[in-house]
Amino acid sequence: MSTWLEGVDLVTPASLDEALTLLASKHGARPFAGGTDLMVQLEAGHLPPTRYVNLWGLRELRGILESPDAITIGALSTYTDIRASELLAREYPLLLRAAEETGGVATQNRGTIGGNIANASPAADTPPALLVYDAELELRSSAGIRRVPYATFHTAYKQMTLAPGEIISHIRLPRRAGWRDYYRKVGPRRAQAISKVCFAGAIWMSGTTVRDLRVALGSVAPTVVRAMEVENALRGRSVDEEIVAAAERALRSEIKPIDDFRSTAEYRLRVAANLLREFLSHSR
Amino acid sequence: MRLSCTVNGRRVSLDAHPMARLLDVLRREAGLTGTKEGCGEGECGACAVLLNGQLVNSCLTPFAHADEATIITIEGIASGDDLHVVQEAFLEYGGAQCGICTPGMVLAAVDLLERTPHPTEAEVRAALAGNLCRCTGYMRIFESVLEACRRLSASRA
Repeated sequence: MSTWLEGVDLVTPASLDEALTLLASKHGARPFAGGTDLMVQLEAGHLPPTRYVNLWGLRELRGILESPDAITIGALSTYTDIRASELLAREYPLLLRAAEETGGVATQNRGTIGGNIANASPAADTPPALLVYDAELELRSSAGIRRVPYATFHTAYKQMTLAPGEIISHIRLPRRAGWRDYYRKVGPRRAQAISKVCFAGAIWMSGTTVRDLRVALGSVAPTVVRAMEVENALRGRSVDEEIVAAAERALRSEIKPIDDFRSTAEYRLRVAANLLREFLSHSR
Repeated sequence: MRLSCTVNGRRVSLDAHPMARLLDVLRREAGLTGTKEGCGEGECGACAVLLNGQLVNSCLTPFAHADEATIITIEGIASGDDLHVVQEAFLEYGGAQCGICTPGMVLAAVDLLERTPHPTEAEVRAALAGNLCRCTGYMRIFESVLEACRRLSASRA
């Protein structure tokens, strides 16, 4: 047995209610889903020694449900589940693009959308797509249920508005029509790579005028970010070269990429600006 | 924890820490050393097994997730002395070099052919994207998988 298993436990509840009770009653107990992030931390000796509550297998957290005004995705839905959903393919194609771009088949079979959010990596692939779709998170604890806009969920690097004992149970996406979507991830190789820059956009045009839009990026700040200044520079405007240049200036002042082992700040800025231009050229 | 599962068609009872890596339990407790550890962090696919019919990296799968599961490792792919058509094609087309990535490659290919009997080359590449080969033998691996598809189609025709 590896030494880092000492002090770690994994308990399997029979129901969501039991899981929430376990998470509430055991000080520091933490949720565990598909394991694609946490098992890497375990093997590196970085997993905090505590009791983990095994959510994998809780049917209450699976499934993709349709209502007249929203689609609700169980947080335990895997990338494979997302890729297989015709409903998501039709209305939220960027989520499928993001799921396809995340890891290989084995990772997609185990990685969950809730885990991707809660792992809170600024380089995660699904969060930019969730931001452009105005996602809302449903959070559950033994105390009850609350909903928060995803745009306010990540507060700083690896920090989020998740109370102890609380889990992400569902992701709610409002339905809308007439928007055009764009997603592109730039990484060191095309398969199974962590992004240098990830760009998601959605735009609603009326002729050449931008009625509304969403722009979100990964790997350019301590959290995934929605680029509000870029949106403000474009909303209500007619897309011409002058406005595109203004949007690019807004982007360059708004995002704060860093130099790290995956890329440089300068490269990330340039790629992000190029992706913004590509997004806008596709919208016309 | 002690749990029961079915490994390569055999019902077994195994005992390990619930957070132990399935990879280690298969190799040490079940004696199935065909499953290899490459990177140990889900990047290389050498430790791939089929868990309840899904390809997973056993280095990222906690033992507790094997409870009452059906697991197929590389040892369960051949039928006795008869190799699986994917294994035959790997042998004949030079799909295996040093052999460390081969169990995972074969399982990923078998998984693909279960889901997509007539894959395009692009689909083969996507299905094996999570498996790294450091002998730089990808072309022969892709050819092996495509040959296995042809043989499967011919045998079904």
